Amino acid sequence: MTPRFKRLVETDRPAVSLTVDGRAIKALAGDTLMVAMLTHGDALRTSEFASLEPGDGRRAGFCLMSACQDCWVWTADGHRLRACSTPVEEGMAISTSQPEASWASLL
Amino acid sequence: MSQIVKSDVAIIGGGLMGCSTAFFLAQRGISAMVLETDKVGRQASGTNFGNVRRQGRPIFQLPLANRASRIWRNARELLGEDVEYLQGGHIRVCFRERPENIGKMEEYAALAREEGLDLELLTSNALREKFPWLGPDVLAGSYSASDGHANPRLAAPAFARAAARLGANIVEDTQIVHAEKQGEDFLLTAKDGRRFSAPVLLITAGAWAGKIAGWFGETIPLTPRAPTLSVTEPVPYAIAPAVGVMTPDEVETVYFRQVARGNIVLGGSTRAPSYPDDYRAYVLPQNSMTQFEHLRRLAPALSRLQVIRVWSGIEGYTDDSLPVMGPSAKVSGLFHAFGFSGSGFQIGPGVGETMAELIATGTTDIPIAPYSITRFVDRD
Amino acid sequence: MGKPAVIIIGAGPAGVRAAQTVARAGLRPIVIDEAARAGGQIYRRPPENFTRNHAELYGSEAARAQAIHQDFAALEGQIDYRPETLVWNVADGHVWTAKDGETQAIAYDALIICSGASDRVAPVKGWQAAGCYSLGGAQIALKAQGCAIGHQVIFLGSGPLLYLAAAQYVKAGADVAAVLDTSPFWLRVKAAPKLAECPDLLWQGVKLLADLKRAGVPVLTGVEPVEIHGDPQSGVSGVTVRHKGASKHFAGDAVAMGWHVKPEAQLADLARVPFAFDALTRQWLPQSDAQGRAGNKVYLGGDGAKVAGARSAEVTGELAAMAALADLGLSVNAAVDADRRRWLLSEKARYVRFAQGLAQAFPWPHHMVAAIPDEAIVCRCEAVTAATLRASVQSAHAQEANRAKAFSRVGMGRCQGRYCGHASAEIIAAARAVPLEETGRLRGQAPVKPIPVALKRIDL
Repeated sequence: MTPRFKRLVETDRPAVSLTVDGRAIKALAGDTLMVAMLTHGDALRTSEFASLEPGDGRRAGFCLMSACQDCWVWTADGHRLRACSTPVEEGMAISTSQPEASWASLL
Repeated sequence: MSQIVKSDVAIIGGGLMGCSTAFFLAQRGISAMVLETDKVGRQASGTNFGNVRRQGRPIFQLPLANRASRIWRNARELLGEDVEYLQGGHIRVCFRERPENIGKMEEYAALAREEGLDLELLTSNALREKFPWLGPDVLAGSYSASDGHANPRLAAPAFARAAARLGANIVEDTQIVHAEKQGEDFLLTAKDGRRFSAPVLLITAGAWAGKIAGWFGETIPLTPRAPTLSVTEPVPYAIAPAVGVMTPDEVETVYFRQVARGNIVLGGSTRAPSYPDDYRAYVLPQNSMTQFEHLRRLAPALSRLQVIRVWSGIEGYTDDSLPVMGPSAKVSGLFHAFGFSGSGFQIGPGVGETMAELIATGTTDIPIAPYSITRFVDRD
Repeated sequence: MGKPAVIIIGAGPAGVRAAQTVARAGLRPIVIDEAARAGGQIYRRPPENFTRNHAELYGSEAARAQAIHQDFAALEGQIDYRPETLVWNVADGHVWTAKDGETQAIAYDALIICSGASDRVAPVKGWQAAGCYSLGGAQIALKAQGCAIGHQVIFLGSGPLLYLAAAQYVKAGADVAAVLDTSPFWLRVKAAPKLAECPDLLWQGVKLLADLKRAGVPVLTGVEPVEIHGDPQSGVSGVTVRHKGASKHFAGDAVAMGWHVKPEAQLADLARVPFAFDALTRQWLPQSDAQGRAGNKVYLGGDGAKVAGARSAEVTGELAAMAALADLGLSVNAAVDADRRRWLLSEKARYVRFAQGLAQAFPWPHHMVAAIPDEAIVCRCEAVTAATLRASVQSAHAQEANRAKAFSRVGMGRCQGRYCGHASAEIIAAARAVPLEETGRLRGQAPVKPIPVALKRIDL
């Protein structure tokens, strides 16, 4: 899979390690979570209604200014992070799918 | 002067009660016109939580609720469209600090069984196995497998359209500002001067109804209140029943349900005032916060979810929280069905069928004496 | 009694100038901003460890950006600055903030809302695909993160930002596949007298176009978007438009789309500011007097009230603050204030005329929106198609936006109709064959952005 975003400038920054769906990736200090994820992958999440609407599917954010709410991702323990406004942190463990398939038992 | 629009029955107020009555009248071949100030189903009928629950209602109300329940189950066939009725059950729970509620639940279940409503009392392990998302402070629950929930935004408009297909006249954007009985007929005048007339008049105008009934000497004090509702982001479907709390303390009375698309609707806790004259109801942020607080206790897993919208509507409460339903105490041909005090959604279609029956036949087997307007006004 | 409590929402150009004005009067305003660093979207700053200077980041507006950043930094100690804080509601003279899972209600004697703007977007068939971004978003990727939104980027929309963002991408070394403008070129000529209000900005526009052409980027005007091609799994693969009667296809893995910006007016709405329909830009706008007074102790400044650009925002932010101070009885020197106000109002008038010129030169493509094919998704959040929206009008008889929302779910999702509200209104109006203003406007509902059920009150 081709990464969605392309770094053009400001690439001389220290590396930060995190995992996305269990896969280790390296981001740069100062990246938003969105940039960290999309310089390695091509989407952030899947629309909840992809199974209802045939044209709908994976999503990769839209506005980058905390307005559209299309880039929410999850931590392994079910907390939500808005990828465009969350700075990446060392050791983050991110999931691109909702843990709530079993959310009701996660007390 | 414009022509007077006539029908067998005039209904003031196009909420769930008015629209479903029009539908069941039309089914009986009786022509009805629904006169609605705004759009049908936009106030209490369209903004409530959407609980289709029988348990917790007064035992004497269960025959009416059972009648409604049968209609909800057949809604799709009856109306020709989906109102998102989901029969996922309903559970009413109590917290540890109120153990006396277990006895009350048992007592209620025994009486409800007589009326055909089966409730299962669940405690400790059995409760948690079935509903693992209930919080540790939940002590017991009374479960009804045959209740559920539906979409309030769709219900009243669906009844209105189905009624219209059977010949009912649904007249929106029409505020009736004057009504009186002239001879055998009721003559109604809209704000813009249009006139309507019918030998039977039904008032189903929710929070506005007390004033309208007052035109006939039956002023009913109604307190306009605004429920606190919220909805979360969609999450994978995992919670079948509507869930509520049994408690004497309004602030603890929270409930939630998950719709098929995944969003979880949150309701209950403190209600705010509402403003019928301005057609306005506001959610007070402090009420949303107490609602969240009590929901976290009820189902801690809700905590992580994001609330994406809050809303409210205008509900009319009577002093004893029971509706006014039945014939007028003063004027022949006049009927009432209003003041449902935040508990009208489930029984709504049953109210419609019962009022249609009452209007058509002069009688009904459904016990409606407890809702008599004579609680508030003397019979002439 | 203490000094009056003044709350300023937003730390963009309007909020910064408002804060400066209020602080100068000896008050200590609370300045609440969602971002980690002041500057707003237009003068948004990259994280601290980034190295590009103001000239590289903000081009011709570098001096203004720098002034805003420096002037705000100089307010340290004079204001109660609350970054990374969301105002999620306004009710009964209080703003409700959320930060780190905690909320509190803060009372105000004057509330100056400088909430800025977000992209005005026309839906195009396929725009839900991964790789479609708002034009402003594409610019932020580059400005604040040093990234392009794709490896081959198509710019689609209209307005000066379309050319500016595309030219910035080219300059940074991105591959720009095309710039596709829905406005015909002749409208620009027609609007020239109004655009001449800001000759330097007009000249910049001309230069940007030349830069793009020099770089060999195809620039098409008067296009009609047909479809954004793509796959629900892998995202965008290209764009087809109609141009001069012919179908033209451009391959690309990203689309930056936008038609100017529109006010983030949700907080003004919750604060019960009245709205009125603006025929020129075909949208409902919060109302205030020329100085920004919106009633009930609420004042509006910047693009959050009416879009006229960053320069205007500095002016209207200061005006709103001066109005608030005057109403609080805190005018220091009435004569000096009157002179200053007169000058600010004349500046504002100039920027408003310029903005009108832009609206005429690069109009919102309402005919295209109204004619969007049935199968196209209108509401991205809820994945609702134009067919479903039209059915709510035609079968369920919804006559206005809120009713159509109740039936179709358009506007009911996480973004609260920010990105589909304007389009939905056009589609409803067309389906009913009535003027746009008769379809009403989506009422604002709290929270303006999602808040967790876990949110805890800390002010009790």
